[in-house]
Amino acid sequence: MESDERFFSFDDQLQKLVKESTHFIPRGNGRCYGDASLSTETINTLKYDKVLSFDTTNGILECQSGLTLDKILEFIVPKGWFLPVTPGTKFITVGGAVGSDVHGKNHHIDGSFSNHIVEMELILADGTITVCSPSQNTQLFEATCGGMGLTGLITRIKFRLKKIETSYIKQKQVKAENLDEVIRLFDEYNHYTYSVAWIDCLKKGKQFGRSILILGEHAKVDELPEKYKSDPLKLPAKKSIPFPINLPSWVLNSFTVKLFNFLYYGKNFKKEINNVVSYEPFFYPLDAILNWNRGYGKKGFIQYQFVLPLEAKQGLVEILNRISDEGLGSFLAVLKVFGKQESLISFPTEGYTLALDFPVRDGLFKFLDELDKIVLNYGGRLYMSKDARMKPEVLTAGYPRLNEFKQILNTYNPKGKIRSIQSDRLLLTPQL
Amino acid sequence: MSTVLLLGATSDMAVAIARKMAEKGNNIQLAARNSNRLQALQSDISVRYNVACTIHEFDATDFASHAFFYQSLSVKPDITICVFGYMSDNITAGKDWQEASKMINSNYTGAVSILNIIAEEYAAKKSGTIVGISSVAGERGRQSNYIYGSAKAGFTAYLSGLRNKLYHDNVHVVTVLPGFVNTKMTAELNLPPLLTASTEQVADAVEKAIRKNQNVVYVKWFWKWIMKIIKSVPENMFKKKKL
Repeated sequence: MESDERFFSFDDQLQKLVKESTHFIPRGNGRCYGDASLSTETINTLKYDKVLSFDTTNGILECQSGLTLDKILEFIVPKGWFLPVTPGTKFITVGGAVGSDVHGKNHHIDGSFSNHIVEMELILADGTITVCSPSQNTQLFEATCGGMGLTGLITRIKFRLKKIETSYIKQKQVKAENLDEVIRLFDEYNHYTYSVAWIDCLKKGKQFGRSILILGEHAKVDELPEKYKSDPLKLPAKKSIPFPINLPSWVLNSFTVKLFNFLYYGKNFKKEINNVVSYEPFFYPLDAILNWNRGYGKKGFIQYQFVLPLEAKQGLVEILNRISDEGLGSFLAVLKVFGKQESLISFPTEGYTLALDFPVRDGLFKFLDELDKIVLNYGGRLYMSKDARMKPEVLTAGYPRLNEFKQILNTYNPKGKIRSIQSDRLLLTPQL
Repeated sequence: MSTVLLLGATSDMAVAIARKMAEKGNNIQLAARNSNRLQALQSDISVRYNVACTIHEFDATDFASHAFFYQSLSVKPDITICVFGYMSDNITAGKDWQEASKMINSNYTGAVSILNIIAEEYAAKKSGTIVGISSVAGERGRQSNYIYGSAKAGFTAYLSGLRNKLYHDNVHVVTVLPGFVNTKMTAELNLPPLLTASTEQVADAVEKAIRKNQNVVYVKWFWKWIMKIIKSVPENMFKKKKL
């Protein structure tokens, strides 16, 4: 689609852009999967990417919103600090991390990104600059965390980092024969800081839901192999392999996905593997392959992520069954247990979250509408950052505080000057 | 550890060059007309790269202020990188002398004025490096861009002569011809991706040119050949083209 994308480097340029535009949506590095940062007019923050201060004693970082997580890691890791929460790609901006209120493998211990914000500053739809925090302008703060950029454009963020002794992760991988076992293992290992499971969606019968649970802790210096001890905070070498072409869409079918899953599961011969790895392959396995999305062909793919309450395990079974029956498997099916979180509009809430990607095929959207119904029946919800197609009633049913969110938007963005294709589709902004 | 002075430090290209030179362990002096716009970059550089970074008020087109500007630098830079420049629409500039003279003064006269001062001092102390960011637009005048192009042509010729003179004083001069670059200055143009460099690529080329004592560098190698071809077209044919 065509969009007028505007960049700025300085505060005065931003103020001018906001004042002069008829409507816009803030945009960062464009890595969320749906249409949340798409519009005919966008204001892009990528050139607004300066580090403003770094308190290395208390681990508090202050930066402009367009700075990306990969750039942050480059200078905080050698100083013994790490991101408090990181999603599966480091190529996102800090502003995007707040707008989506991203979660990571440590959600059950550390919560989502917004849990670590000290304060932030926004430019509102009318051009005013406002500071908000968990104790100041709290409504604005709450609605900005996970609010998909609709309250204003974040200019400055101050957040707490996590202390680390080394840049390595002590990793444990445990094979689970089926869904019941992996759910039991999540519980058994819930004291681990990081946990996530790769799950085979196509397997039926006794091995239904077979998985590999991946657990991790930041390694201490004395836990490192000798060869790493001389430079415990070493940054991983920069290397990336570009994915050269768009694979034809037919390459991904239920046979090839089954084969991939067979090989992925089979590569772990033992029940349990313990090793020490750099943070890079542990947190960002796909970042090593630039343009990995090309593997899905030109039609692309749809990400689908939902969360179901803990008591709705049966819903997980039902959804996995539907996917398996449909033969619509994906390379990446990731299961995680969220801890408690009660936010206004953020996605995470206690329960099981499953993230899937489906190559775009005829009939896929109809199928996803059916999955939506199952998710809602079991009291679940969908993740807006990964959404490009849900109907507004699905959002309403999944987010009990949606009206409160809309009221706050009505205060700060009354005419919908800040709007995206998604906010229009989900009726979060007033119709033009 | 060297000190690098960036003249025109608010541009996208200057941000990338400043970060690259700081990453290599150099102290950085940022100079621009709007020095309050440099505060964020100053903290960015000192926090990320643990080097000293200072900011200085500098107006390229206020020639009279240049001698005082350089005198007032308490640490004299070992490397001076001249990044400032200004491009506007040729048609407007053809009718509006304000615009035309602004382009000439920013891209040529201002650069000569400040670099003359710095060149004198480098020659006297027999050391230093001067880098000028010029443009492929200065290689041959085209109807769409000849006012900007002629100013850059003047700058390129100046750098070439300066390099010749200062060679005998152990001072090195680098001319950088970036070709298309993704910046604020070119945001409105629809540039062909293959021919367009990122500001980080420009910064890498600048750092390498300083380290390896290169004379004239094109950021993307094929620009050298494109310009060779453009320059070889006979004037009789060239004047009929709409370039």
